[in-house]
Amino acid sequence: MTGADPRLRAYSGRPVEAVTLEAVRRGEVSADDLRISPETLEAQAVASERHGNPQLAANLRRAAELARISDEDVMRVYEALRPRRATAGELSALARWLEERGCPRNAALVRQARDVYVRRGLTR
Amino acid sequence: MDAQRVNLDGFAVENPELGLVALASPYDPEPGLVVEDGVVVEMDGVRADEFDSVDAFIAAHGLDLAVAAEAMALPDVALARMMVDPGVPRAEVVRLCAGTTPAKLARVLAMLRPAELVMAMTKLRARRTPSNQAHVTNRLDDPLLLAADAATAAAFGFRELETTVPVLADAPSNAVAVSIGAAVGSPGVLVQCSVEEALELELGLRGFVSYAETVSLYGTEQVFTDGDDTPWSKAFLTGAYASRGIKMRVSSGAGAEVLMGGAERRSMLYLESRCVSLARAMGAQGVQNGGIDGASVAGAVPRGVRELMAENVMVMARNLESCSGNDALMSESDVRRTSRTLPIFLAGSDFVCSGFGSIQRYDNMFGPSNWNAEDVDDYLAMQRDWGVDGGLRTADPADIAALRERAAQAVRAVYEWFGLADFTDEQVAAAVDAAGSKDLAPGDPVAVTHAARTIRETGLTMADVVTALYETGFEPEAERLLDMLKVRVAGDCLQTAAILTPDMRVLSLVTDPNDYSGPGTGYEPSPERQAEIDAIRQQRSVEDLRREQAAHARDALRPAGPATQGGDPREVVIGVSPATGRDIWVTLSGLPVVDVLRELLAGLEEEGCTARIIRFCDTIDLGMIGLSAARLAGSGIGIGLQAKGTALIHRRDLAPLANLELYSIAPVLSAADYRLMGVNAGRHAKGGAPEPARNPYTDEAIEARYHTKVVSLVAIERAHCRPGALPEELVL
Repeated sequence: MTGADPRLRAYSGRPVEAVTLEAVRRGEVSADDLRISPETLEAQAVASERHGNPQLAANLRRAAELARISDEDVMRVYEALRPRRATAGELSALARWLEERGCPRNAALVRQARDVYVRRGLTR
Repeated sequence: MDAQRVNLDGFAVENPELGLVALASPYDPEPGLVVEDGVVVEMDGVRADEFDSVDAFIAAHGLDLAVAAEAMALPDVALARMMVDPGVPRAEVVRLCAGTTPAKLARVLAMLRPAELVMAMTKLRARRTPSNQAHVTNRLDDPLLLAADAATAAAFGFRELETTVPVLADAPSNAVAVSIGAAVGSPGVLVQCSVEEALELELGLRGFVSYAETVSLYGTEQVFTDGDDTPWSKAFLTGAYASRGIKMRVSSGAGAEVLMGGAERRSMLYLESRCVSLARAMGAQGVQNGGIDGASVAGAVPRGVRELMAENVMVMARNLESCSGNDALMSESDVRRTSRTLPIFLAGSDFVCSGFGSIQRYDNMFGPSNWNAEDVDDYLAMQRDWGVDGGLRTADPADIAALRERAAQAVRAVYEWFGLADFTDEQVAAAVDAAGSKDLAPGDPVAVTHAARTIRETGLTMADVVTALYETGFEPEAERLLDMLKVRVAGDCLQTAAILTPDMRVLSLVTDPNDYSGPGTGYEPSPERQAEIDAIRQQRSVEDLRREQAAHARDALRPAGPATQGGDPREVVIGVSPATGRDIWVTLSGLPVVDVLRELLAGLEEEGCTARIIRFCDTIDLGMIGLSAARLAGSGIGIGLQAKGTALIHRRDLAPLANLELYSIAPVLSAADYRLMGVNAGRHAKGGAPEPARNPYTDEAIEARYHTKVVSLVAIERAHCRPGALPEELVL
């Protein structure tokens, strides 16, 4: 890819420029070699802040936390946050789980959702 | 008048009770914001304990409280003027709007008149370079046709392609086929597959799409919940996409709440303002709005089309990417649908259309778009007319054919590689040549669903597709798709309004910020891009016309010495223009000049007249040619003929600009018309007074069709014109 930062590293730590077509063909590229890292997301958050969008920055910081959890867990949390999928207790448990997995910003989001859902009848 | 297509459209009486009101409803709340100890306790007239989930999310995340007091205190008109005034920097408008509540920003936008919306959009758009998005779908979910059409769309310049499915289970197959086709057409084209939220996320996680857009927001809690989401689930989804480096924008737009009977008596602009505030609060980088599926609802009420554009400007004022609607067909009338798009097209948007239907109307599984495959030439001509960049470029038909072939072959190879499907040569050929799915043999509908299920269940990823392409001889396309995966790792496409150029540079608010601050600033196409916009395939030069004419040259018309004065009272002279039989051989109506002369001669012969043909080389003026011919004729009657077909009958005692009969509209003249002119000239020569022949009538845009040719033909005539040159006789 032209214009890529040679220092850029994937989630696995592998430099992106080392992810070549030949390496893919030989089966030497893992999913984590093509996955964005929390550090890169943090750097993007800083750029968003600089360009007048603190909310986008906050989202990218939540994303930096989610970068560490599996696709299945991401899908699971999303499903639990949809209307009337979870009880208040389940949402609290989900927030705790996120907290333990190093996702405090997402945990706070879930707790806030729980409080509003209870008031607006959006819990199960 | 009732038969005009515009009368097929529905027009609604404004009715705030049903939410059928565009810019302002008497039930819209008064703007207001009360903050205590850094917490919003009241917003737009609602106390915090009464907040619905939309209010609650906006109040918790969406407002810059450091600037809110200043922004809310500004009179609406002051903020409206700042949006329009090129002297006020975009950043200042963005800073203040971050502190405005939904009701406040809706009121400000409602003040902008159409021309002011154009100015505001020109300035407030996030990305400097405008762009465009296409729909690529078909009724059969045929992967070969999807790939061929994706390649075509990429070749025409679309930088985002959106596909969807008539059959949900087909989604993985469509995403793969369109991604491969797009990669054949151009590097760096972003691809999405619009389906139910959870499946769309899964496609993103697997790498089969490179952005997402179908993350719908609604302006009321009831409709939001009916859509099976909440602001929090959508906010989480926004983070989920970003966590995999995938670009994402949300979708909203006027009319959705009205259609679902849940507008709560609010205006469309106010409800949309809630959506846009929420989008910013969630941390989405952009919004697709401007009606979208509800565009016709907005279009049905007074000032509704203006409301659609105000929505887009509102997104820009909140410092987000705008994907500006112009997708759902909002009128049966070509005039009305063009009117709906034109101001946005002129101002330029991050994406002018959030789905230009690059395929046949019947194949568009979102429903027909406001712009469709058959409109591409119109759109390209509009870009050229106004000198604006609407994101499209002319594609050479031969190049398109080659790209379509390669795209279909690439998909065939990948599907065979994974054992998803075996396509025949005939199927590939049919897809390459097809204008749409109606041109395909009815295939096996289960085959696509089977392929899609296999993709989903066997855990294939885009990295596997990259390998398959490489192994089957599609190395450049494999490289391009791998690059799209690497783009995620860099995360630069997460910034506002990001697109990739064909050389894989990211253009976004960060790397290509809009710097418009009045005439002489802001986006201007590069000379290369300007040349692309200007060089539509239909344009013709004098040289093109000269070549076209030369192909019809014949040796039937030969010079036969200097012209002399005739004496026979029955002789009529046909005077022809300087380029006749030299560089011009065909008239504007497509008749060979030689045939025209034969018709004139035959008409004269019918009347028992004799004739000579004389070429005049010192003038291109038809009146002078006809008069000069008349003066050399024994009868004093002459016919003047310009090689382009314009003709008249003249008499030697008349003034040059007078004449007896004139055919002025050369493009519509037939052989019979020239025969009649010959007859009438003969009758004049015999002293009769025939009924003048009349120009055939036409209601076509005859000048639009032929004026460029006329200019070239006149230039060619002029080049043969020599002052003082003597007339010469021609023999046929």
